[in-house]
Amino acid sequence: MMNYHQARWICESCLEPLIFEMGNKGGSRGILLPRGVGAEINIPEKMLRKSLNIPELSQPEVVRHYTRLSQMNFCVDTGFYPLGSCTMKYNPKVNEELADLDEVANIHPDQDEGTVQGALEIMYRLERLLCEITGMSKMCLQPSAGAHGEFLGMLLVRAYFRARGETRKEVIIPDSAHGTNFASAGMAGFNVVVVPSNNRGRVDLEALRAALSEKTAALMMTNPNTLGLFEDEILEISKMVHDAGGLLYYDGANLNGIIGKARPGDMGFDIVHLNLHKTFSTPHGGGGPGSGPVGVAEKLEEFLPVPVIEYDEEQGRFWLNYNRPHSIGKIKSFFGNFGVLVKAYAYILSMGADGLKEAAEAAVINANYLMHKLADGKSFKVNYDGPCKHEVVLSAEPLKRETGVTARDVVKRLLDFGLHPPTYYFPPIVPEALMIEPTETESKEELDRFIAAMKAVAQEARTDPGRVKAAPTATAIGRLDETRASREPILSWRMYQRLKPK
Amino acid sequence: MVHPYIPNSRETRDQMLREMGLSDVEELFKDIPPELRIKRGLDLPPAMPELAVVNHVKSVLSKNLPFTKMPSFLGGGVWPHYVPAHVRQIVKRAEFLTSYTPYQPETSQGMLQALFEFQSLVAELVGLEVANASMYDWATSLGEAALMSARVTGRSKFILPKIISKDRLSVLENYAAGPSLELVEVDYDRETGQVDLDQLARKVDDNTAGVYIENPSYLGFLETQVDEIAELAHSKGALFVVGVNPISLGLLRAPGDYGADIVIGEGQPLGNPVSFGGPTLGIFACRGEQRLLRQLPGRLIGMTKTVDGKDRGFCMVLQTREQHIRREKATSNICSNEALCAVAAAVYLATLGPRGLRELAEVCAANASYLMKQLSQIEGIKVPLFKSPHFNEFTMQCTRGSISWLNAELLKRGFHGGKPLRREFPELGEAALLCTTELHTKENLDGFVEAVRKVMEG
Repeated sequence: MMNYHQARWICESCLEPLIFEMGNKGGSRGILLPRGVGAEINIPEKMLRKSLNIPELSQPEVVRHYTRLSQMNFCVDTGFYPLGSCTMKYNPKVNEELADLDEVANIHPDQDEGTVQGALEIMYRLERLLCEITGMSKMCLQPSAGAHGEFLGMLLVRAYFRARGETRKEVIIPDSAHGTNFASAGMAGFNVVVVPSNNRGRVDLEALRAALSEKTAALMMTNPNTLGLFEDEILEISKMVHDAGGLLYYDGANLNGIIGKARPGDMGFDIVHLNLHKTFSTPHGGGGPGSGPVGVAEKLEEFLPVPVIEYDEEQGRFWLNYNRPHSIGKIKSFFGNFGVLVKAYAYILSMGADGLKEAAEAAVINANYLMHKLADGKSFKVNYDGPCKHEVVLSAEPLKRETGVTARDVVKRLLDFGLHPPTYYFPPIVPEALMIEPTETESKEELDRFIAAMKAVAQEARTDPGRVKAAPTATAIGRLDETRASREPILSWRMYQRLKPK
Repeated sequence: MVHPYIPNSRETRDQMLREMGLSDVEELFKDIPPELRIKRGLDLPPAMPELAVVNHVKSVLSKNLPFTKMPSFLGGGVWPHYVPAHVRQIVKRAEFLTSYTPYQPETSQGMLQALFEFQSLVAELVGLEVANASMYDWATSLGEAALMSARVTGRSKFILPKIISKDRLSVLENYAAGPSLELVEVDYDRETGQVDLDQLARKVDDNTAGVYIENPSYLGFLETQVDEIAELAHSKGALFVVGVNPISLGLLRAPGDYGADIVIGEGQPLGNPVSFGGPTLGIFACRGEQRLLRQLPGRLIGMTKTVDGKDRGFCMVLQTREQHIRREKATSNICSNEALCAVAAAVYLATLGPRGLRELAEVCAANASYLMKQLSQIEGIKVPLFKSPHFNEFTMQCTRGSISWLNAELLKRGFHGGKPLRREFPELGEAALLCTTELHTKENLDGFVEAVRKVMEG
């Protein structure tokens, strides 16, 4: 078993101080700036700032502070991170170097097309690769994240029916779906209709049939779904939705379970979003930046955001096409998170067709291996039969019933073993859920360590439940009072200064 | 041979399958209907060695001409600035780079505290109490600000200036489509570019959710009637929303000090490269009142204590606003944001401090002031088009020949010219938007002026 303790930089009763609590007033600074031409600037007195209360620090102080903070942060490079539906796979280092090149970092989106041919070519090629991987006809690279892609997808649904003169106001979403699906449909002005899962953990076809009508604009599906299960009746579902005149939307959060094995386009999906920061290895950066390209079937192409990148074979040059009269317009200021796109492009080239398929297979083997070893029915069980795909959802209900130790307690205790716990209490249809996605970039040794840790925690729940409930103790800080944090929110230094007892 | 990014060998993989009582990995995919299985493999190139990927990507990218190799005067929503080496290095630390959303606060204090500091620094900069942990970019922040204004006030009209990036406007229109918000533009004074106050007064009414302005404006001049606009908005119970380039706030009055209820903007210039327009960093801040706070979109990091009350720590808060709990009733669908760009911004602001930021803003503005003066002496060039104070961007009109012709000629002489405005503002004739920052040396500025003069003298 791993003997682990996270770094813990402590100063009196807090961890590393806030940057506002450091340094000295009176002119310290972390960098010198060029002086410029020294011309006069004419800004009226009433528009000038009188003071700015931000810290004054030297460069070494800044660097040490943030380095210490980084040491109090768990990451994929340091350990197992099986956060379900997040696909925390290895982020190849070479991709970082490529995205940092001058020719990526220091080009402006409004430069003359002739001076950004390389950037346009990478986006064009990436789009073609993603279309082949998903079986879609065309892709938009603008969205910054999965949810942003979902929102774009819903806007496309809206534009499609508007062009056909139809008003369809309902979007159907399975009860196992990611919360973003509901929110994205709602933001785009649709009413959400929820369909339940059946006892196999898949969309209930009878319930779906009952929900479909002339009001149905789309069905949003995740496949494999959030239970890690492939929706094996997808062809029937696809037919039902299309017969009702609706569109089929694919949430690509879980593409890693089938990449190279099957394609959403072939299943009948009309709109697909991908998460380049999941399936395509770009780092999550503590929550972003991500990238959520959206692919569509041919009948929806004309509605895609502008500009579309085109290749003029005669001239041998790439160009941005804004002349798209049916386009919905823009979804982001510029062309997308280009730095992220470069990383995903390099990843696909590194993996190749066979590598991507191998990734899906290894990810699925790893998830099933965990299920096989952990779902013993005594501590953890699965509510739906496998095989699963890229992730497995365990229920800690047996353990809770026997010992009172909850999934949340298990998760907190796992932190002490030098690993990141699974997603918990999601999907909501599984009580005491532990959603585990190991990805293909973990070794059997690492999985075995995780299995041993899970078993050790289950054992401890029976012998020393107090210890589980007191966890974590090996992290930078002990269990936090999250309820209080939301009841009396302190959201900035300024707010803290106002609220703290004098 | 397995791919180098996959640890388990064929032998290990077979062993795992055997332990599960399986003989072939295909048994794990038997739930995918046979007609859906990819038969011949994806039509993609075979795996490339790392070196070949590097060579290929570099070769494609060599067709780009970065502004580090040829001076550029492009801004207009993302602005080129120097990114200090240590800022880059800190955000490249794997602990920040390869972590995810801090769902487990006890093991993610570093990211949480860094984001809390980002929120705090932004709050000081814009003069409000609350900032969230980031949105995607300025345009999506604007869309969300309009939606939030509507939720807070229960009204459906959102007023904005005619001078705004049309791409940003298009994003706003898409965000406003769902709840069918009415977007109403207010015209500007042709001489000064300032918002037409009389027209604004006529348009603000009891159904107005928010009044939006940008300062500096999209075309670079300052909106100086801010107190009057705030008064007009508030007199009808509307929220006052202000969009900013945060670098300008080293020098300019904080919008919170002139009545802004919500401040948004593009945080990219705070320590993030331009990168062809993305990743970007949406800033979103508001007053600390409950009625605003509960409607705020996006992730928020809050300060708290350990359960035993001993240690101070940080965690995500007010998640009941968010999609994973509130679903279609959520304040927004945003989940992944631009956290790492926010960390870069925090490191950048902590590095510059108040004096550094002020100096930076002054240098950017002074370079623009110098360039405007020099260009205005060239025959056939009108600079700037608006008689108002400017920050670091300004308009330039070509009265002889087109901007696309001028830019093409400038390109031959080694300069990326300004952004053509014909598509967005045909009423300005042949005009372009130019930007200067601390990247420009006097040689760059003089060289550019000389090039423009030569082209115009033809």
